Amino acid sequence: MAEDKKHYLPEGLPTPRAMRNGLDKEYWEAAKRRELVVQRCNSCRAFQWGPEPICHKCHSFDLGWHKVSGRGRLFSWVRTWNPVHPALRGACPYIVAVVELPDADNIRMVGNLLGDPAQNPPFDVDVEAVFEDHGDATLIQWKLSK
Amino acid sequence: MSENTIKDKVAIVGVGETTYYKRAQAPVSEFRLACEAILKAADDAGIDVRDIDGISGYANDRNDASRLATALGLKQLSFAGMVWGGGGGGGSAAVGNACAALVAGFAKYVVVFRALAQGQFGRFGQAPVSKDISGPGAYTAPYGLYVPAQWIALRTRRFMHQYGINSEPLAAVALADYYHAQFNPRAVMYGHPLTREEYDKSRWIVEPFHLYDCCMENDGSAALILTTADRARDTRKKPAYVMAAAQGSDYRQGATIENSPDYSASNFKTLAPRLFEMAGITAKDVDCAQIYEHFSGAVMVSLAEHGFCKPEEVMEFVTFENITAPNGKLPVNTSGGNIAECYMHGLELVAEAVRQVRGDSTCQVPDCKISLVASGPMVTPVSDLIVHSL
Repeated sequence: MAEDKKHYLPEGLPTPRAMRNGLDKEYWEAAKRRELVVQRCNSCRAFQWGPEPICHKCHSFDLGWHKVSGRGRLFSWVRTWNPVHPALRGACPYIVAVVELPDADNIRMVGNLLGDPAQNPPFDVDVEAVFEDHGDATLIQWKLSK
Repeated sequence: MSENTIKDKVAIVGVGETTYYKRAQAPVSEFRLACEAILKAADDAGIDVRDIDGISGYANDRNDASRLATALGLKQLSFAGMVWGGGGGGGSAAVGNACAALVAGFAKYVVVFRALAQGQFGRFGQAPVSKDISGPGAYTAPYGLYVPAQWIALRTRRFMHQYGINSEPLAAVALADYYHAQFNPRAVMYGHPLTREEYDKSRWIVEPFHLYDCCMENDGSAALILTTADRARDTRKKPAYVMAAAQGSDYRQGATIENSPDYSASNFKTLAPRLFEMAGITAKDVDCAQIYEHFSGAVMVSLAEHGFCKPEEVMEFVTFENITAPNGKLPVNTSGGNIAECYMHGLELVAEAVRQVRGDSTCQVPDCKISLVASGPMVTPVSDLIVHSL
């Protein structure tokens, strides 16, 4: 079973790093602590993703981070058969998922849907975050909720 | 409509295209291809290429306007413009910018061009290889989400889910493109007809896209010459007058990491009404449409957003019979499009719209007066154009 593998995709894809300007440092540090945090405006409380230096709703530059439950909804997903990166040769097919976070204004995140790459899950089904360690970075993945 | 419009003030008076080659097969450089297409377009228009004084490009074209002006000996360069963004979203916008420059009096003859030689440079369908990544890509690349086929597939699948659409409209687009290309000797897939069985059996790239749902990657160049309506009277070919042009994007549609609020939109919802208002027509008046298909699925979404059908009507409207020339309700991509003619980032679709209203397409729609072009669905910005014959 794919779930028993340490990583959903093979090694060799680029390792995520925080931006040099510190904009998303907290996200990556929280992931290592096995917490999912998302950007939220300290002024109007709006969520936004990806991280930006300005709030799109009220234009405040005072942005913070908010811990969310890690519960999501499978908004869309695709199965990729063509290796678009040399590290993915032999790793196809695999599933890329777009997940909405209902407790954060339905902002969306991308991850892999863990489990059998041949599965055909329904849209809008409940999913939950899973933390996948890659050396000094931690990826947030998704699995169907029980 | 106020007087402040480009409607019928500008015409496309020349079309030039090099041979369209398979990816990496052009025998000459990308810059030379650009020069060749511009010379051909000037010849088609019956003007001296040196009289061109404006250059309009898009998709981060690598062929610098000043270098082109120098190489071609233009007497002066009085306008040079580039549309933001990669991909094909700027194809019609580059024409729109040329119109604006002409109406404003910045230039007298503007060339819009695109040149590609992917052997000389990189491929679009493959990921760059790097050890680390930061910024928005750090939230997608480690999951193997890298290329347009995947981005467009995610959006297309959400649209299909919302409106209960199966793969039939996708197949119709791919098969119509290949059908039209069999009449078009310029097409890279000329002489290579596609059957439904071959389509169904072809390998998946990323579901729901089979191989034949994806645009090709080609080398070549296309160019168009535009001038003001009064000067257009003296050019060689029948002018294709620009009825309307629109460019832009909807609310926060540039949001990163798949956060566009209107996720499955092709992004024409605010453009199409502006386009039709400027043109003074409705979708019903359009005789044929050239709809950018990096991937087949984006065509049905674009057609719906331009009002050719409702999203709920896609299954009935987007059929092979309805979208093929000469007798379909709305012939689409009559030269073979990005999927079967060539992938000049959609500028070949503008050239085909011009041919249709001039009456010299290889798949001519009878009595075609009005042709619409939609450039680069599901990216941002996108753009639109309507040309017609007077």
